[in-house]
Amino acid sequence: MSQPNKNSVGYTIKIAFLVCLACAVVVSTAAVALRDLQERNVVLDIKRNVLIAAGIFEPSRSIEEQFLDITTRVINLQTGEFVDHIDPETFENRTAARDPEMSRALSRQEDTAGLSRLENYSLVYFRGDENNFEQMILPVRGAGLWSTLHGFIALESDLNTIVGLGFYEHGETPGLGGEIDNPRWQAQWTGQRVFAESDSDKQEVALRVTRAGQADSSSPHEIDGLSGATLTARGVDNMVKFWMGDMGFAPFLRQMKARQAEPDLAAVTVEGI
Amino acid sequence: MSTNVKQLMTKPLIKDNPIGLQVLGICSALAVTTSLAVSLVMCMAVIFVCAFSNLFVSLIRAQIPSSIRIIVQMTIIASLVIVVDQVLKAFAYDTSKQLSVFVGLIITNCIVMGRAEAFAMANPPGLSFLDGIANGLGYSLVLIIVAVIRELFGSGSLLGYEILPLVTEGGWYEPNGLMLLAPSAFFIIGGFIWAVRTYDSAQVEKADFKIKPNVSKEAI
Repeated sequence: MSQPNKNSVGYTIKIAFLVCLACAVVVSTAAVALRDLQERNVVLDIKRNVLIAAGIFEPSRSIEEQFLDITTRVINLQTGEFVDHIDPETFENRTAARDPEMSRALSRQEDTAGLSRLENYSLVYFRGDENNFEQMILPVRGAGLWSTLHGFIALESDLNTIVGLGFYEHGETPGLGGEIDNPRWQAQWTGQRVFAESDSDKQEVALRVTRAGQADSSSPHEIDGLSGATLTARGVDNMVKFWMGDMGFAPFLRQMKARQAEPDLAAVTVEGI
Repeated sequence: MSTNVKQLMTKPLIKDNPIGLQVLGICSALAVTTSLAVSLVMCMAVIFVCAFSNLFVSLIRAQIPSSIRIIVQMTIIASLVIVVDQVLKAFAYDTSKQLSVFVGLIITNCIVMGRAEAFAMANPPGLSFLDGIANGLGYSLVLIIVAVIRELFGSGSLLGYEILPLVTEGGWYEPNGLMLLAPSAFFIIGGFIWAVRTYDSAQVEKADFKIKPNVSKEAI
């Protein structure tokens, strides 16, 4: 390069432009070349967590292969009915909750789990299929202390007993709120019941996360909280209450109960649609 | 020349450590050191970014107009960091989830820009590249020390393997919750700087002022 005046405006703009151009090419090449791998990672991560919540994840087998046993469906949260016009492959609860056409804002009273917006539809996963399943896995989320907890809760076919709970994303303090990932803490959830047996019609959520060390171990509805993470544990408590309540999956669970009571009728309605 | 290179490579480890002596890059040293595995990935990312930003800045150092030199360095550093972030998301998804925003924050890591401005702007590409690696290693050294202490005493494990069995898992060790919070890294880094300066007293700065003895009477 001949020696131009290094401090002239033209030269400065030229160098700035060239540097930006070179950097933009590098950055966009990396982003485009790696996008497929990254998207695959995100999908795999969610699938893995569905399997973990259902307690059937085996690290040695490929996730895709294990996921073949799982049927994914989309439901309408308000009516609790299955929806066929939305493709479960492309639907995502999180994206839907941000889309004004697919979600609604929650009022302060309604928003007990700190979601601010609730999607109209939700994914549900079945181990088996919707007419004959061993487990049902439901996506849940709610505000913890610092962050939103994103996870899954798996129920047995009685639609009441918990198989497991798992989080695939949160930003809680490691070692304190982050202990919600601790398998020993999560193990308490297995076999607990969401709803009180006696009033099965009313379907009040009986499950609660207590303060650390205060859970009654004989109660099928109490989960011991986390010492040093009272607020995160309270977030988990609110989250379960919200998603198992009428704003969440309660209408869907009622539909599924009706289906189980009259399997023939359910089959007819599905064909009718 | 070879002694020169050797000096260049070893000085940033203890004698001219970017965290210890220059007190740069403290922010990320606080944030990512709760577990050793995450710290190691962070170290590799910083070494990579520091080395290549030094290399590229040095390559075009004669062309950069001085009026925009800082922003040109920033552009190069930011691009490298985005590339690192993208690669981590593609190949080490779990770790990148744990590091979350801190990969992006390498951009603001003062060590990277400090070396680009102080060394790469004035030295040939080969030496600048080595200087980037050496300073990245100096940063890594401190990060690893801090992470080992924090993970061991905060979670009772190293690289996820249990060393001290925790009370919550049926063992005897009651984890030190402070170790998991950012302030503990401050104490550990402070201790590290103290230890290094005791060993190498040339690093101790001259006091800016002298403390006068207490007056015995109260001021009237």
